[in-house]
Amino acid sequence: MINQIWFFVLAGMLVTYAVLDGFDLGVGVLHLLLARTEEEREAGINAIGPVWNGNEVWLIAAGGSMVAAFPHVYASAFSGFYLALMLALWLLILRGLGIEFRHQVDNPLWRQAWDVTFSLASVLLAVLFGVAFGNVLRGVPLDAFGEFQGTFALLLNPFALLGGLLSLAVLTLHGAAYLAMKTDGALQARARRTIGGLWWLVLVLLAAMVASSFPVRPDFADNFLRAPVLFTVPVFGLACLIALRASWSAGRDGRVFLASAGTIVGILGSAAVGLFPRLLPSLAGTDGMTLDIYNAAAPPQSLRIALGIYLVGMGIVIIYLTRIYRVWKGKVGRGDTYRL
Amino acid sequence: MNDVLSAGRVQFGLTIMFHYLFPVLTMGLGVLIAVLKTIQLVKHDEQYGIAARFWARIFAITFATGVVTGIPMEFQFGTNWARFSHYSGGVIGQTLFMEGVFAFFAESSFLGVFLFGEHRVRPGVHWFASVMVAAGAVVSGFFIVATNAWMQHPVGYQVVQGRAELTSLVALLTNPYARWQYPHVISGSLVTASMVMAGIGAYYLLARRFEDFGRISLRIGVIGGLIFSLTSLFPTGAKHGENVARFQPVKMAAMEGLFETQEGAPLAIIGMPDTAKRTLMDPVYVPRLLSYLAYGDFRARVVGLNDYPADLHPPVELTYYAYHIMVGLGTIFIAIMAGGALLLWRRRLYSARSYLWALMLAMPFPYIANHAGWMVAEVGRQPWIAYGLQRTVDATSTNVSEGMTTFTLLGFMGLYALVGLLYLFLCLRVIDRGPGTHTEGGAHAVEAWR
Repeated sequence: MINQIWFFVLAGMLVTYAVLDGFDLGVGVLHLLLARTEEEREAGINAIGPVWNGNEVWLIAAGGSMVAAFPHVYASAFSGFYLALMLALWLLILRGLGIEFRHQVDNPLWRQAWDVTFSLASVLLAVLFGVAFGNVLRGVPLDAFGEFQGTFALLLNPFALLGGLLSLAVLTLHGAAYLAMKTDGALQARARRTIGGLWWLVLVLLAAMVASSFPVRPDFADNFLRAPVLFTVPVFGLACLIALRASWSAGRDGRVFLASAGTIVGILGSAAVGLFPRLLPSLAGTDGMTLDIYNAAAPPQSLRIALGIYLVGMGIVIIYLTRIYRVWKGKVGRGDTYRL
Repeated sequence: MNDVLSAGRVQFGLTIMFHYLFPVLTMGLGVLIAVLKTIQLVKHDEQYGIAARFWARIFAITFATGVVTGIPMEFQFGTNWARFSHYSGGVIGQTLFMEGVFAFFAESSFLGVFLFGEHRVRPGVHWFASVMVAAGAVVSGFFIVATNAWMQHPVGYQVVQGRAELTSLVALLTNPYARWQYPHVISGSLVTASMVMAGIGAYYLLARRFEDFGRISLRIGVIGGLIFSLTSLFPTGAKHGENVARFQPVKMAAMEGLFETQEGAPLAIIGMPDTAKRTLMDPVYVPRLLSYLAYGDFRARVVGLNDYPADLHPPVELTYYAYHIMVGLGTIFIAIMAGGALLLWRRRLYSARSYLWALMLAMPFPYIANHAGWMVAEVGRQPWIAYGLQRTVDATSTNVSEGMTTFTLLGFMGLYALVGLLYLFLCLRVIDRGPGTHTEGGAHAVEAWR
C-alpha cells in the first residue's frame, strides 16, 4: 500500500516539475525566435526570473524523494544513464547562468551570448527529458539484478527520439502560452500566433507517439483494459488539448495556459498509469529484471517516515507558494527588471 | 587516475569543494543581510536599506552559482556512488528530501520576492522575505550536515537485507555528531560572510569611494567577525573536537599526527607527519593539551594510529595538514578581528589604513579555513563512506567505468573554471559600481572622479 502511494507521490512531483519548469524551458526555446527587441527579450526573461529557480527545486525534491523511496531505481537509472545525466547537469548549469548573468553587463554582445546559451540549453534539455521519458516507456536493457547493461547510443532509438520531439513541442507550446499570458504588445501577439501552429504539431506527434507505443511496449494497455476507469486520464489530457484550441480561438490567454498545463498532466499521467507498478521496465523481449515499486523500494519503515515528511513539508510549501505566486500576478511590468 | 574509485573520489571532491565556495558565503551573508534589513526597519535609516540591497546583489550571484553547482552533488550519489545510494538511500534520502521540501522551496521563492518584489510588497513583507531567505539557507545547511553526520556516525537505523533502514527520524535529526558539527559549520560560514563584508568595506574606505556604505559594511563585518571567529573556536570547535575524539578516535589521531598511544598526550602546534617512519617530524608540542582537548583531562589516554589496523587509517597527511591549517587560520582570524574591534572601540578603525589593507587581503582565508575543515571531516572519515557500515571502495557504481568518470571530471573542471571566472568578474563589477548612484556615496564618488 505504502509503495503504491509512493509511486503516485513521485509521479506527482515529476509531473509538477514538468508543468512548472516546463513553461520556463518553453520560454527558453522561444526566446531567440519570438523576442526580437531587447525590451521583448527582457520581458521574456523577467516573466520567468522570479520563479524559474523555485521551479527547478521540484526536480531536486523529486530526486531526493527518489533516493528516499526507491533507492534501487535511483542507483540503477542514474549510473546507467551516466553520460546523458551529466549532459543534463551541464545544460542545467549553463541555462541557469544564462538567465542570471545576462542582466549583469549592459552590452549587446554579452546579452546575445547568454541569450543563445539560455535558449540552446533549453532546447536540448526539453529534448533530453523527452528522450529519457521515451526510454522509460520503452524499457531499458537491465540484467537479472536490475542493473543497467547498455550504451549511450542505445538510448537514442527512434521511439525515444520521437519522445524528445514531442517533449520539445509540448513544452514550447506551454512556454508560448505562458508568454501570451504574462506579456503584452508584439511579443504577446507572436506568442499567440505560435500557439496556433504548434498545436497541430503537438497533435500529430502525440498521435504518432501513442500509435508507436503499442508495438514498442505491447503490455502498456494492460492496466487500462483491466480498469477502464483509468481511461479518464488520457481522455482528460485530450480534453485539455481540445480546450486549449478553443480557448486560443476565444483569445483567453489564462485558460490556454491552464489547458496546456492540463495537457502535460494528461500525457505524463497516462504514462504513469500505464507503467504502474513499474518504475524502470526492462526492454520488452528481454529477460532482465524490471524495477518496480516493490523490488526497488526502500524498507517500509523508511517509506512511512518519508511520507510523513512529504505531507507536512508539502502542506507548508503549498501555503506559501500560492501566496508568493500571487505577488507575481499580472503582466510583467517595467519595474520588474532586476538590475545589478 | 588509476581506478574508478580514485576518479570518483576526485570528481566528488572537486565538485563539492567548488560548490561549497558559494553556500559558505550565502548561509552567513543571508543572516547578515537580514540584520541590515532589521536595523533599517528599526532605525528608519535608509543607509542600511542601501547596504542590504548591495549585499543582496552579491548574494544573488552567489546563490545562483551555488544552486547550479549544487545539483551535480545530489546527482552524483546516483551516478558515481550507486552502491552507496542503494545501501543507505532509505536513510540519507530522507534528509536530502527534507532539504528540498523544507529549505530550498522557501529560500528560492522568498529570494525571488526579496530581489524582484521590493516595489510590489510592503516594507514589512520585504523584511520578512529577507528573514526567510536567511532561514532557508541556514536550514538547508542543517539537512546537509545531518546527512553528513549520519555518514560520520550512523544512528537511528537497522540493517535489513543488506541495506540500512531508517528506524527513527528523531534520532537521525538529533544525531549527537551533528549537535556541534552544525553550529561549527554555520559559525564558519558567518565568519566568511563577516570577513567578506569587512574586507569589501575596507576596500571602499581605502579607495575613498562610497565611504558611508563602506563604514557600515566594515562595522557590521568586524563585529560579526569577532563574535563568530570566537564561537568557531569555543564552544562549537572545541565541543565538536570532543565528539570526534569520542566517535572517531582514529580520525582524531590522524588530525593530530599522533602515532604512539600515550597518557597526557601533547598537542602538536607544527610538525610534519611521516607515515613511512610513523612519526611526527620536527614537532613543536604543548604538553598534555591534546588529552585535555579530547577528553577534558590532562592525563587522559589518547590512542595513537599505531594501535589501529593500517586499513582503518585515513590518509594521515591530508587530514593532519587540513586540520592544522583550519585551526591556525581560525586563531589568526580571532587576532585580526579583535584588533579591528579594538580600533572600532577607540574610534580609529576607519582611518587605520594598514589595518584596512590587512582586512581586505584576509578575504580569501576564511574560505580556505572552511574548506580545510571539511577536508578533515571527509578525508578523515576514510576508508568509510558510512562510518563502520560501508567502505568507500564498496560504494562505487559497478556500471560506470573509470574512463567515463575521468571524462566527466575533465568536463566539470573546464565548466567550473568558466563559472569561477564569470563569478569573480561579476562580483568585481558589482563592487566596482558600488551601492548605487542615488546615494550620497555615489555622488561623492562622481565628484572624486572629476
